[in-house]
Amino acid sequence: MSVIPADSASLPAAQGAPATKVRGYWGSVWNRLRYDYVTLFCLGLIIVIILLAVFAPWLSPMDPEKSSMANRLRPIGYKKYLLGTDEQGRDMVSRLLWGGRVSLMMGILPVVFATLVGGMFGVVAGYYGGKVNMVIMRTMDIFFAFPSVLLAVAIAGSLGGGIGNQMLTLTVVLIPPICRVAETATSQVRALDFVDAARASGASTISILFSHVLINVLSPVLVYSSTLVSISIILASGLSFLGLGVSPPTADWGLMLSTLRQSIYVQPIVTALPGIAILITSIAFNLVSDGLRQAMDVKA
Amino acid sequence: MTLVTETAIDAAADPRDRGGPAQPMLIVENIKKYFPIRAGLLNRKVAEVKAVDDISFYVMKGETLGIVGESGCGKSTLARLLMYLIERDEGNLVLDGDLVGEKSGVPIDALRRSLQMVFQDSYSSLNPRLPIEQSIAYGPKVQGIKPKKAKEQAQDLLGKVGLRPNLFSQRYPHELSGGQKQRVNIARALALDPRLLILDEAVSALDKSVEAQVLNLLSELKEQLNLTYIFISHDLHVVQYISDRVLVMYLGQVVEIGPVDKLYSNPKHPYTQALLACRLSMDPDERVDAAPLAGDPPNPVNPPSGCRFHTRCPHAEDICMAKAPALGDVLKATPDQHLAACHMAQAGSGHSKAPATLAELFNI
Repeated sequence: MSVIPADSASLPAAQGAPATKVRGYWGSVWNRLRYDYVTLFCLGLIIVIILLAVFAPWLSPMDPEKSSMANRLRPIGYKKYLLGTDEQGRDMVSRLLWGGRVSLMMGILPVVFATLVGGMFGVVAGYYGGKVNMVIMRTMDIFFAFPSVLLAVAIAGSLGGGIGNQMLTLTVVLIPPICRVAETATSQVRALDFVDAARASGASTISILFSHVLINVLSPVLVYSSTLVSISIILASGLSFLGLGVSPPTADWGLMLSTLRQSIYVQPIVTALPGIAILITSIAFNLVSDGLRQAMDVKA
Repeated sequence: MTLVTETAIDAAADPRDRGGPAQPMLIVENIKKYFPIRAGLLNRKVAEVKAVDDISFYVMKGETLGIVGESGCGKSTLARLLMYLIERDEGNLVLDGDLVGEKSGVPIDALRRSLQMVFQDSYSSLNPRLPIEQSIAYGPKVQGIKPKKAKEQAQDLLGKVGLRPNLFSQRYPHELSGGQKQRVNIARALALDPRLLILDEAVSALDKSVEAQVLNLLSELKEQLNLTYIFISHDLHVVQYISDRVLVMYLGQVVEIGPVDKLYSNPKHPYTQALLACRLSMDPDERVDAAPLAGDPPNPVNPPSGCRFHTRCPHAEDICMAKAPALGDVLKATPDQHLAACHMAQAGSGHSKAPATLAELFNI
């Protein structure tokens, strides 16, 4: 083996070589996302929907809760009503804009809370394993035993209506699946040698969790959570539809769908509008999370 | 232990030295690790895997100790025990004359600064989401070195292991080849300025040319940085090339230990003989058709009685089943002594091939 020349450790020529510009992790994610036009389009769509909801008070042409008995269930394009009116003669454009505020909030906030709480439990369960894992994951299994819609209805039913309770309900329902994903990802990372190498250098558990584990668990959890946004919107709409969410006359896509359904034979297209809004929003969120998953996948 | 091998360098020059050149770098005393097997409704312990069963040895300063043995004989468990990555059941570590311990002696934190490890799997031992410079600088930062200084050190180390810092420091592990990753792993292990490096199958996953490069790098670094190595491998050629002394493990126990020349030219234990016979030969006339060692190693949960090797040993006799042969006191032996735990090597053991005792020689 001595015939093979040793790679010189001093490298005299190295000093002259130019430093290579290497993208950071998020830079490389963006670079992959840049050419994914479907994801970019959906991302733009989501931004537009959020902006429409945020600026609803200024954008909506009429008061969303002002009814007019004379103009009930008007078709699309009737006089000043761009998208018609609902069963109480309220302007659909205004109600969709205002309803977006509630529905998007119901889609995003519970997912954010559930990601924080469920992710934390999952990382702790996955890193420590053993008894800690058993206690946390078996508790989650109890929630898993119920279908998510049924669980949401049960919790919302016992808590009562209102936006706050609805958000709490959705958060509780979304915690177990996120926790499961975080636990699986963490226990996989935990078994890798670089965690042992970090322990061998004398790092504390907290430092290892923050510097080595979280960064590797983040992308699967973020991607999974983003798929839950659309599920959360649909669940929230379902709860409102059943009367367990926001109460009338507040505008909410699910509630609008619920109250308009009796009029489906009178004004089918107007009735479908809140459903179309939910559909577009959830498809956009799903496609974005799909694109994110591909972009965040670090491979050779 | 007054005898110092020729390879032991003048340790007095090292400011970190405490015990003097005659004091071994690390003494391992009767270390044991049994993994419980739990089963049943109450998760009761039904059996134990005797992964490391009462192992003692020492490493002199500046020495390279090779550890060889089949897969599953407890080599990696031993490495992890030395690194305090798993808790041992029994035994002591003495680092340069000081007992390593929870209550008295050298704290574990100090052990970690003096003892570092290079892992087998170069891919999974680097965080895929961190640039390699940060992976290297992490250990020093944890030990309280300022981030800027740790970063400079990391760049230095990259240069030492033959990777241009300005070309490589910001790269991610997936952008490196296997050999480059293993160099980064070595740099990471060196970042805490250790005195003893445990190399757990550090070159086994590399192809032959890269393996040779890394081995040469290790030899260079050893001289530059005054290092001591524990080199764990199943590759007998590599161990012969790099080691000063060799320790042979079988089912969690030491079966033979001795200087590399003596052990390779005159193996005493039949297991070592079989391992050496398994080596591939360059000479077609010396090809062997039959495997010198047949079958799997016995189950470490329920190891054979007496000598653990007797189920596969061609020389096994009744005495081997009845009584476990002793290796002798490894810790009292000098580094150039050659010891084997086999009845055939010990006079008066009762084995027919054992050397004659003095009494037998003189027919008393």
